[in-house]
Amino acid sequence: MKLLRIADIEKCVGCSICMYACSRKNTRDPRIGYGRSAILAVSLSGFERGSAVIFCHACKEPPCAQVCPTNALKPRKKGGVIYSEKHCIGCKNCIEACRINAIFEREDGKISVCIHCGYCADFCPHGVLEVVEI
Amino acid sequence: MNVLTINLTDYTYEIERRDDLAEWLGGTGIAVQLMKENVKKDCDPLSPENVIVFAVGPFTLAYPYASKTVAMFKSPLTENLGESHAGGRSAAAIASAGYRAIVIKGKSEKPIYLVIDNEKVEFKDARSLVGIRSSIILGRIIAENEGGRGRRSIMRIGFGGQRLVRFACVTTETYRHFGRLGLGAVFGSKNLLGLVVKGIKTFKPVDPMSYRKTYEEILRMAIESDAMKKYYLLGTPVNVLPLSELKALPVKNLTETELDVEDISGESLAEHSLGRRIACSHCPTACIHIAALREEYERERYFYKTLMISYDYELIYALGSMIGVNKREDLLKLIHKVETYGLDAISTGVCLAWATEAYKRGLITENETLIPLEFGNAENYLKAIDHIVYQPNDFYKSLAQGAEKASEIYGGKEFAMCFGKNEMPGYNTGYASYIGLIIGLRHSHLDNAGYSIDQKFKRLEPEELVDALVKEEWWRQVLSSLVVCFFARGIYTKDLVLKALKPLGIEMSEEDLEELGRKIYFEKLKLKKMMGFDINKVRIPERVFEVETPHGKLSKDYFERALNYYKENYYKKV
Repeated sequence: MKLLRIADIEKCVGCSICMYACSRKNTRDPRIGYGRSAILAVSLSGFERGSAVIFCHACKEPPCAQVCPTNALKPRKKGGVIYSEKHCIGCKNCIEACRINAIFEREDGKISVCIHCGYCADFCPHGVLEVVEI
Repeated sequence: MNVLTINLTDYTYEIERRDDLAEWLGGTGIAVQLMKENVKKDCDPLSPENVIVFAVGPFTLAYPYASKTVAMFKSPLTENLGESHAGGRSAAAIASAGYRAIVIKGKSEKPIYLVIDNEKVEFKDARSLVGIRSSIILGRIIAENEGGRGRRSIMRIGFGGQRLVRFACVTTETYRHFGRLGLGAVFGSKNLLGLVVKGIKTFKPVDPMSYRKTYEEILRMAIESDAMKKYYLLGTPVNVLPLSELKALPVKNLTETELDVEDISGESLAEHSLGRRIACSHCPTACIHIAALREEYERERYFYKTLMISYDYELIYALGSMIGVNKREDLLKLIHKVETYGLDAISTGVCLAWATEAYKRGLITENETLIPLEFGNAENYLKAIDHIVYQPNDFYKSLAQGAEKASEIYGGKEFAMCFGKNEMPGYNTGYASYIGLIIGLRHSHLDNAGYSIDQKFKRLEPEELVDALVKEEWWRQVLSSLVVCFFARGIYTKDLVLKALKPLGIEMSEEDLEELGRKIYFEKLKLKKMMGFDINKVRIPERVFEVETPHGKLSKDYFERALNYYKENYYKKV
């Protein structure tokens, strides 16, 4: 099983290329933009203080899955969640429940959450992200 | 494509579908059309009748390096067409909110900032933000008030824009600027302190398979090819030492071309000061070089503040060599001052350089300048920049309108280094640079890169040189309509542009693309002329003919031949 994790957060330059990759990852329905992304590149209260990325770090007991009323989010075996889009009713309880703010609202009212496919890591130009087997 | 029009006078907005503009792609192409539709051509640039257009293009969000937004407005500095490009997250945010362009008209009665959140526009009370002197602080306050972190852009002015300095800029994401030509003053005149844009819209490519393939090809080229090397390593300051060796780096208001610039070179800044690099949205290069300046408190030992200061070639020229400043710390302090006030760095430096020479020659005295101005004296320049913003007397009131205006009043026009009333960039490289500044529609080195033609050291006849400059400017109209960063022009060749347009559903031939560039250029020239531009009134400062360049001393005959040819073959066409 794969896990996307931070290799070195201090190397992040805030280019957002991971966000574009995540929105593009679906081969049948790649999206132009970052509105489908499950990873977010932010500045740290302004770029003078640097930048960082936020995404699901695959916690062992995911509160987002616990508060999901339709089981659209289910705990993944070794941490994190599996997301079933068709069961999601867009209640946003999961967004509230995640303490690291790693679940994102989409334009269609549903959510984006990292499924640890590692697609974005292939595009990070500066070695911020890595994929490991767990 | 959707265009959002906001009227600040009555606090209304409307979203219109404008597929009729599709032939102009986006960016510069549609901005010219929207300006034509909306601006009263002879308006006072600081009146409510001026309009601001922001435009992005079909490549925005779709491909790497498509990070720029084009802003168009009537310039309070040149009093004709103003155009300025900035990156950061501005373009991505505008496109993600669902717009190809945003038009801002009118004037708010009270100070406000705007929040554009997808289809919704909010007019937010900003009375309590008036008087905040630093654009960095203003940005931070707005950031804390508004959501959308990571998917938004926060454009704002500094105190320079609030005080209507005619070369004030609009800053986005702390370090990127709609610089040159005074968009910040236009914001200020409209009581508009900032503009937040956020959105989460995505778009479907017409051909998903080839879209992904083309995307990956472009990104691979960006990372592996040499095309971006110059910007990747030392950034634009890589040019400081070579241009200085060529005698092409202007020194002390271009009275000289020699100065020890070792300490303010790209190499020295990288070795001693570079603290971080950051990137615009969708840019793998991260050319934004940020220096860390550690300063001890004035009266307390072992207390330090660390300022993070973004530097580039043009700033090293304008706030360094052009005013005789060649110590790294001095330079960084000046850059920081200009950054916090939200002033255009090139115009500020050139204005100070002119004022210093005018003071030295006795055209003005300490009655005007309030402090003795002296090349290399950074302490006094820091104070002079305060004066430009606060404008405590008539002299600084005029200097805040640019070096052209100040020299009209106090004399010294022959060494007021402006072209088309816009202060010159740092390229004393030869004929192409200067002629390029005269005929370039923004009077900017980025219009046609004359400095680059000069450095190829091929002897060109004046007619050939003009043709080369205009041809480059035509192609750049295409790049700035797509809109891609000019730094990536080595990657976005005609072939690649055509290939990348296809998966987005735009089929064009090479001829179509070239014709489009030509058409946009002439549309823009026509608009500029309607707004009051007259090439015959563009003044060439005598200094240009007095100083050595890498091509020797420049001859007036050459300029005359070039400009006559330009007028006959291009300028008079519309």
